[in-house]
Amino acid sequence: MANTLELLRVSASSPPAPGVRKTAVVTKLVDTSTCIGCKACEVACQEWNDLPPETTVQSGTYQTLPDLAPGFWNLIKFNEHEDEHGRLHWLMRKDQCMHCAEPGCLTACPAPGAIVQYTNGIVDFQQDQCIGCGYCMTGCPFNVPKLNPQTKRVYKCTLCVDRTSVGLQPACVKACPTGCLQFGTKDTMLEMANRRVERLKADGFAQAAVYDPPGVGGTGVVTVLAYGDRPELYGLPRNPTIPLAVKLWKGPLKWLGNAAMFAGLLAAAVHFVRFGRKADVTWK
Amino acid sequence: MSNSRERRIVRYEFGERLVHSFTALSYVYLLLTGLAFWTPAMYWIAIVLGGGYLSRLLHPWAGLFFVGLLGWMYVMWRADMRITPEDRTWRKAIGHYIRNEDAQVPPVWRFNDGQKVLFWAMTAASLGLLLSGLVLWYVTLVPWNLRWVRYGAVLIHAISALVTIAGFIIHVYMGVFVVPGGLHAIIHGDVSEEWAKAHHLLWYRNLRKQP
Ligand code: HEM
Ligand code: SF4
Ligand code: SF4
Repeated sequence: MANTLELLRVSASSPPAPGVRKTAVVTKLVDTSTCIGCKACEVACQEWNDLPPETTVQSGTYQTLPDLAPGFWNLIKFNEHEDEHGRLHWLMRKDQCMHCAEPGCLTACPAPGAIVQYTNGIVDFQQDQCIGCGYCMTGCPFNVPKLNPQTKRVYKCTLCVDRTSVGLQPACVKACPTGCLQFGTKDTMLEMANRRVERLKADGFAQAAVYDPPGVGGTGVVTVLAYGDRPELYGLPRNPTIPLAVKLWKGPLKWLGNAAMFAGLLAAAVHFVRFGRKADVTWK
Repeated sequence: MSNSRERRIVRYEFGERLVHSFTALSYVYLLLTGLAFWTPAMYWIAIVLGGGYLSRLLHPWAGLFFVGLLGWMYVMWRADMRITPEDRTWRKAIGHYIRNEDAQVPPVWRFNDGQKVLFWAMTAASLGLLLSGLVLWYVTLVPWNLRWVRYGAVLIHAISALVTIAGFIIHVYMGVFVVPGGLHAIIHGDVSEEWAKAHHLLWYRNLRKQP
């Protein structure tokens, strides 16, 4: 539940967000190069969030489901990549909400308070305020929010806000057996990530990089990629931003539209004062 | 009617009035709920109308109802709404019409050019609203690699809505505030001979020619 002292952004609300409590920005680090695809994180997520079991879908790989689902917020994507020497690489990636610093979902949402961002960076959906319009699904550059057809509300990873706000790690991080998932402040996570990148470079992955896309102001989930120059191999967009159409829609179009509607009413009033009614031929 | 002080002319049949009122009511509902989602400053409208969740649930259905009625209106009125050569002369004199110098405005048939343009603009924009609205409604069915369809839909829905709002403001203002008898005609259906002569002379003459 929303701790109002820590609200940094609130969807569809013009007044300043009420948050005054400064907290460190938290981040989850995903090191794809040490992920073994065991899916302990998937199970931990389902268990901690008490989500109903999802029927798996067999698509010829180890992947549990083709995509995130309203009741499945953490999905390991199994991408197969053959390098220039014909060697197969399994590029596992943890698909989940990235907790963007500039969240497109929140920008698009029309329902006051249905999406909030805390001062620690977590972007959280408040399903009781959600009206199920799906605008967040259009605003998100990572294809994350999913609509539950029964409740007609949208669900996604909370970065275990109920655990992290009392000083615990997210459930997935706690479950990860290889240490490929880490949790801490953004600064320490970036430091760790950069150390891993150095190691990967020393190991021959010259293009290794940290994925913390600046187009959305950086993310609360940073990912170490061995093929850092080709995030598409992992199913990650190269330079994600809030879609231009969404920025136009919620920015200039809204202000122009409001101004035009106001001008229309004003013009009618001015016409009435200046010219008034037409000659009143008997009509009764 | 013929026994009353003067002769009344039926301008809108019952069916026409009925379709018009339900189109108007559903439009106003769509407009109000739409505006609520358009800007947080107007979200209170959704709360007054039963909450955001309900408004979101009903808006698309009201939209289908609205477009259905509009289709009916199209069948009823498309012949009368066809743009004629007289309309082009009228259009040139629109300044006089706006300034209420009606003596200098050329005579028109059942609808003047302003009404016709409004009709066609509303029809076209509503088609845009329907197509984009279906995408917004079934956004989960739009695959991720076709996401530009989602982006187009939010823009088209908002822009088409704005076009109809411009038309709606002019339409209601003219009918209610500027043309005496306009509101009476669309609600009760009848106008006086004088009114018909003053506002739609060609239509009136044609009616008189018929038995
Ligand atoms: C023709 C069928 C229509 C359909 C299927 C439809 C559907 C939708 C849907 C699904 C939404 C998303 C949120 C919501 O449900 O409220 C929406 C938003 C909206 N609708 Fe419609 N609609 C239709 C007609 C109209 C009409 C006639 C208007 C008149 C002004 C209108 C104005 C709006 C506005 C202003 C929004 C908010 C747009 C925004 O936030 O940018 N719609 N519509
Ligand atoms: S579906 Fe819910 S959370 Fe998403 S934009 Fe609409 S109201 Fe906001
Ligand atoms: S990844 Fe999508 S759902 Fe998550 S914060 Fe960013 S825009 Fe919102």
